[in-house]
Amino acid sequence: MTQLPPSTTRKMGLVIDLDTCVGCHACVISCKGWNTENYGAPLSDQDPYGDASGTFLNRVHSFEVQPPACDAQPSPAAQLVHFPKSCLHCEDAPCVTVCPTGASYKRVEDGIVLVNEDNCIGCGLCAWSCPYGARELDLAAGVMKKCTLCVDRIYNQNLPEEDRIPSCVRTCPSGARHFGDLGDADSDVSKLVAERGGFDLMPEMGTKPVNKYLPPRPKDQIEDQIDILAPLLAPVTEGAGGFMGWLDKALDKLPGQSSGGSS
Amino acid sequence: MTFQQPQVNTSPDVSDEIRKTTCYMCACRCGINVHMKDGKVAYIEGNRDHPVNKGVLCAKGAAGIMQINAPSRLKAPLKRVGPRGSGEFVEISWDEAISTAVGWLNELHETAPHKLAFFTGRDQSQSFTSFWAQNFGTPNYAAHGGFCSVNMATAGIYTMGGAFWEFGQPDWDHTKLFIMFGVAEDHDSNPIKAGLGKIKARGAKVIGVNPIRSGYNAIADEWVGITPGTDGLFILSLIHLLMKAGKIDLDYLSRYTNAPVLVNAAEGAEKGLFLRDDDDKPLVIDRNTGKLTAFDTPGVRPDLSATHTVDGVTHRPVFHQIAERYLSEDYAPEAIADQCGIPAKRIRAIAAEIARVAFDEAIELDIEWTDFRGETHQKMTGRPVSFHAMRGISAHANGFQTCRALHVLQILLGTVEVPGGFRFKPPYPKPAEAHPAPHCNGRPGRPLDGPHLGFVQGPEHLALKEDGSPARIDKAFTWENPMSSHGLMHMVISNAYKGDPYRINTLFMYMANMSWNSSMNTTGVMEMLSARNDDGGYVIPHIIYSDAYNSEMVSYADLILPDTTYLERHDCISMLDRPICEADAAADAIRWPVIEPDRDVRGFQSVLVDLANRMQLPGFTNEDGSPKWKDYADYIVNHQRKPGIGPLAGFRGKDGDKVGRGEVNPEQLNRYIENGGFFVEHIAPEAAYYKPWNKAYQDWAVGMGIYDSPQPYLFQLYVEPMRKFQLAAEGFGDRQPPDHLRARIKHTMDPLPIWYQTDQQGNEGYTINALTQRPMAMYHSWGGQNAWLRQLHGHNPLYVPTKLMRENDLQDGDWAKVSSPHGEITVPVMEMAALNDNTVWTWNAIGKRKGSWALNENAPESTKGFLLNHLIHELLPARGDGMRWANSDPITGQAAWFDLKVKLQKTAAPEDPSTSKPDFPPLKSPVDSGPKDLKWKVGK
Amino acid sequence: MHPAPSVIVFTTLSGLGFGLLVFLGLGLPDVSGLVAFVFFAIAYGLAVGGLLASIFHLGRPERALKAFSQWKSSWLSREGCCAVAALLVMALYGFGTVFLATAWPVVGGIGAALSLATVFTTSMIYSQLKTIPRWNMPLTPALFLSISLAGGALLAGQETLATGLLIIAGAIQLAYWVKGDQAFATSGTTLATATGLGRGGTVRAFEPPHTGTNYLLREFVHVVGRKHSQKLRVIGFTLGFALPVLLLIFPFSGLMLKHLMAAVAVLSHLAGVACTRWLFFAEAEHVVGLYYGKR
Repeated sequence: MTQLPPSTTRKMGLVIDLDTCVGCHACVISCKGWNTENYGAPLSDQDPYGDASGTFLNRVHSFEVQPPACDAQPSPAAQLVHFPKSCLHCEDAPCVTVCPTGASYKRVEDGIVLVNEDNCIGCGLCAWSCPYGARELDLAAGVMKKCTLCVDRIYNQNLPEEDRIPSCVRTCPSGARHFGDLGDADSDVSKLVAERGGFDLMPEMGTKPVNKYLPPRPKDQIEDQIDILAPLLAPVTEGAGGFMGWLDKALDKLPGQSSGGSS
Repeated sequence: MTFQQPQVNTSPDVSDEIRKTTCYMCACRCGINVHMKDGKVAYIEGNRDHPVNKGVLCAKGAAGIMQINAPSRLKAPLKRVGPRGSGEFVEISWDEAISTAVGWLNELHETAPHKLAFFTGRDQSQSFTSFWAQNFGTPNYAAHGGFCSVNMATAGIYTMGGAFWEFGQPDWDHTKLFIMFGVAEDHDSNPIKAGLGKIKARGAKVIGVNPIRSGYNAIADEWVGITPGTDGLFILSLIHLLMKAGKIDLDYLSRYTNAPVLVNAAEGAEKGLFLRDDDDKPLVIDRNTGKLTAFDTPGVRPDLSATHTVDGVTHRPVFHQIAERYLSEDYAPEAIADQCGIPAKRIRAIAAEIARVAFDEAIELDIEWTDFRGETHQKMTGRPVSFHAMRGISAHANGFQTCRALHVLQILLGTVEVPGGFRFKPPYPKPAEAHPAPHCNGRPGRPLDGPHLGFVQGPEHLALKEDGSPARIDKAFTWENPMSSHGLMHMVISNAYKGDPYRINTLFMYMANMSWNSSMNTTGVMEMLSARNDDGGYVIPHIIYSDAYNSEMVSYADLILPDTTYLERHDCISMLDRPICEADAAADAIRWPVIEPDRDVRGFQSVLVDLANRMQLPGFTNEDGSPKWKDYADYIVNHQRKPGIGPLAGFRGKDGDKVGRGEVNPEQLNRYIENGGFFVEHIAPEAAYYKPWNKAYQDWAVGMGIYDSPQPYLFQLYVEPMRKFQLAAEGFGDRQPPDHLRARIKHTMDPLPIWYQTDQQGNEGYTINALTQRPMAMYHSWGGQNAWLRQLHGHNPLYVPTKLMRENDLQDGDWAKVSSPHGEITVPVMEMAALNDNTVWTWNAIGKRKGSWALNENAPESTKGFLLNHLIHELLPARGDGMRWANSDPITGQAAWFDLKVKLQKTAAPEDPSTSKPDFPPLKSPVDSGPKDLKWKVGK
Repeated sequence: MHPAPSVIVFTTLSGLGFGLLVFLGLGLPDVSGLVAFVFFAIAYGLAVGGLLASIFHLGRPERALKAFSQWKSSWLSREGCCAVAALLVMALYGFGTVFLATAWPVVGGIGAALSLATVFTTSMIYSQLKTIPRWNMPLTPALFLSISLAGGALLAGQETLATGLLIIAGAIQLAYWVKGDQAFATSGTTLATATGLGRGGTVRAFEPPHTGTNYLLREFVHVVGRKHSQKLRVIGFTLGFALPVLLLIFPFSGLMLKHLMAAVAVLSHLAGVACTRWLFFAEAEHVVGLYYGKR
């Protein structure tokens, strides 16, 4: 239904770790493969061997972050963050309420936002209403396509239990994508979000995304620890006998060699 | 009006059947589940049981479905009818194709086998192709390692019996600090990504040393945006700091390395070689007894410090030389910081962090093991710092010594083959002396005298003819590059064109896009391939090429043998070749035809078997003249290298229950298929670490057929064979280098790692480093024909650091003229802040020539896309000494792609449609282009 | 936003058509018979023509009827319902005036209200979108309603009303541009909030996910040069509001000339509104452009 359910039993979604994503696009293509063959119309490509453009439900952006200069870091290096983005399955999904036909809906049982393609007239308004660019109109089918959270995998009795996860999560080589119930505070994904300070994209939009992003950990701070680290590099060569003097003493101290045994 | 929530079928059928085989969308060799519907490929995912990828799969792998429907697939054998380079072909029958090839080849086999140059590009069947070339009798065989990462592989093997990637891997489960240098993100890609994921999940630290902060380096906790080509200097500075602070593992060094081995100090032909006993074993001084003792004597405590004086000459251990060299203030961070582009404070902090983790966070596993001297250890002590490196440090003219420096750093820390450090994967460790030496002697109608490629132990192993001239067309294993263990594929065409060292008759290549992205000096190579003699005939009379796709190289061949795609063929990923083992397991795998070709194509290896059979090549032919194998699958199962050892290690023996060694099992391929396309044999925990010295591992390896007898050895901090070349350059020995190379050999073949500036003469005024990388979602030029992958990387900008953007008044989308002493290109630019200030780079092999790969004229690959290759020459600029020196490493011949220096200048965009320069005329395509719309769904 | 011809034609024509229907429903002008028929034909031609044009915007136009179902929550659905209701009620009213020479004021009043509501619902389709700050303002419905009424009055030959309404609409248009130009900046949405990476420093879009284009870029990212936009604003404002007002207040002598000038005013207005409507779409920046470094 076009109206949003007042609440959903579970809030299934993804947690994406920006500290771990290397930007390999594995999730992008795995998603393309699964969703071309499965739910609804195939994800088509136009002019695939020329100036190609096609429908994708998941795309990996990249951003550069330039930390501000400070005393400790007068010219800090810029950082690069790979940023996969697909439907966030918002609790307050504007794409659902704007739909004139009821094709877009949010499932009561798990909160997944889906498009019933049989009812979609391809007006595009849901895509206009989505701040995240999560929806793409398929030019061949004329209907709106979006991430289904692999609704045809996660409960699929024809798949082994361990494979009942979205295709992008299953394929992610670095393990940067996590799937679970974000409505359950005790779930692994919820704990991960709590531990690592997971955040929402564009919170000011009021969409209340279910998917969360884990921030990159602080980077390039090793020089700040130089005072703690420096003693580790205290030269042994300055003692009596220089390096060779140290070497002889150190060799004598090696445990148990003369007895032929080891520690 | 209320809507019922629609009923969604949440359990649709996924597939009719899953066929498990091995991916070949790149060289990683992951296991894949190919889901079939109605006999067609519906979906490809990773195989969870597979040792390489454990279920995950990269973008390339998942896009395999678009590779097997690519319109670029060749359809039938082709005979060239237009001039070379035109792309004009007619389709011919296989009978005609094979008989044409046999017509050319058989005569060479019987009269002058060296006139065939057989080189394979992206090949994973080198043990087979080299076997074929060996039996043909030509010395001119190699694969693509010479322009890929031979420095890394060779430096690793000479130093410690293995390198990175297929040779070994970090101990992902225990490492606490992971440091990567110049990693190519397409090599070993899924395992490295998975390993990084494990490290990140534990919150352990990653340091990335790379001028470019993309991919893996983007998630590094510390990024070291080093000046290209100075990694060796940075590493030696780390060594300097660690040694100076005594943060090295003396126990490890004394037990497992040649640090305590005594070096002959007496003037003469033996100077710098090891003192050895009558059994040729290197000698150490036993700290218990103070006596000269063979290194492997039970109970010996090799002394790193003591010297040995005879006849007034003091012979010192290797460790003395190491200390002497690297304690020098020349390697102090302050002395090298500017050159490397890294603040001295940062170098110190990194060295200190390495010291802290290696020594203060050492780990112990409660596993008992026994070493090769018979000593039993109660625990395995780990220093959880691990390293990985690839082409970035390898593809420089100082790459070999840089890679050596990195291995020496690991060894000094005692982090190789210990928990948390770097671990070998079977059949490695395998030291250089356990590998064959190169062979180059062929006689008409007879096989070569041994394997082509190997590891020289001194000048005696160089591939030289009696007159001292190179025996091989690529001049591998000559004084110019004595340790060129992978050959020099990048020199074959230019040498053949020049007739230097001699002319050839037939160039036979497999999957090597030499007329485009796989060559330096691309335009020159195109000209050489189509150059004619005065009589109008081609300088290279015959070119046979095999590929599955219409690559740029197709147009330059006379005869095309169309290969199958990877899902339509048999292959074996063999331990005789480039294995897929894990540190904890030996493993190999197969490919098998999960679909049948819908075109008149044949697997290249089967075609080689056919050619061999028709020529009755020895090795392929029984005594009665009948062929031994009918095709490649037959060879995989029935070929035996040694009795009981064949291409596949699993399911051997009549009942398929033997592992490693065992008689032929006719059902072997079926057993592999039942097992998911691979075979794994795990290593017991007590054999899992200290492999070069671990009795349990050595015994296991013998049982597996990896060794014939236990082969314990010492890590070679000091590489004695290199010293032998120096001795030759100093005038000792029978085989002497030409005079113009003496100084260079003396300098570069230093048995301890050195760093030298790569040759920049003639580059004056070209000050900006220019690099290429391959994106993780593309493999060489292959991805460009893939409808899904090419949308990710359809064209390639030149990435320019913010500083150079500002200096040159450039903005995203502007065009720039980029020039080197060799050439000039005009390309679009894009700003990148997370980049070394003086380095530009682009993705490799995105640019395509118009007409190739079945792409349309408007394909961005052939308009905006470009190759940096046009700026790189296989020779260095002339330096006025009358010579043209190779643009390669003087030790291995590794192509020095990354030494490129350029100039940058803003320019107007080329006329609309914007096309990068140089722009070549379109090739005629022997295949049609693809559909206008793609809606690929095979199920109902 | 991509200034698709279908949506420009739709909002321009149907706005004008429903504007005319508002006045016809209120009995302005009070016409019957053939004259009424001509007025209604023009109004229906514009309104229905506009609606038909909007159908070309759909990926699956054959399913357009499904769009009436979600009036409870969807402004687009409400628009469809209102439009159909307005057209039906006004058809009844028109039938009375054309064929029976009888104007049913209650029916006309309801029809007028529905027509106005249709324009309002159209405007709310755009105005509701938080993703497009330039549209997400109360000025958007004000703009649509005022232009529709002004155009309707102009077409209905209500010179005085039209003059006043055109001035009001013109003023709202100016206000809309002034406010609209600040809307994105004041919306609070930035690349930092879009990525959550702002705490680490200044965020810059580096590489787009794909080198080629896609639906999002085609649909949402349309860059209009500042100079180009200013030029079009001047043209749109002049043709849409200034010139019609001038033509209305200039004392032309002679009925023919007056009618001719009225026709010129209508055409000028139509062209001007189409121009501002092109800008309405082309200048609207969707927040998704942030992710692509384009807005």
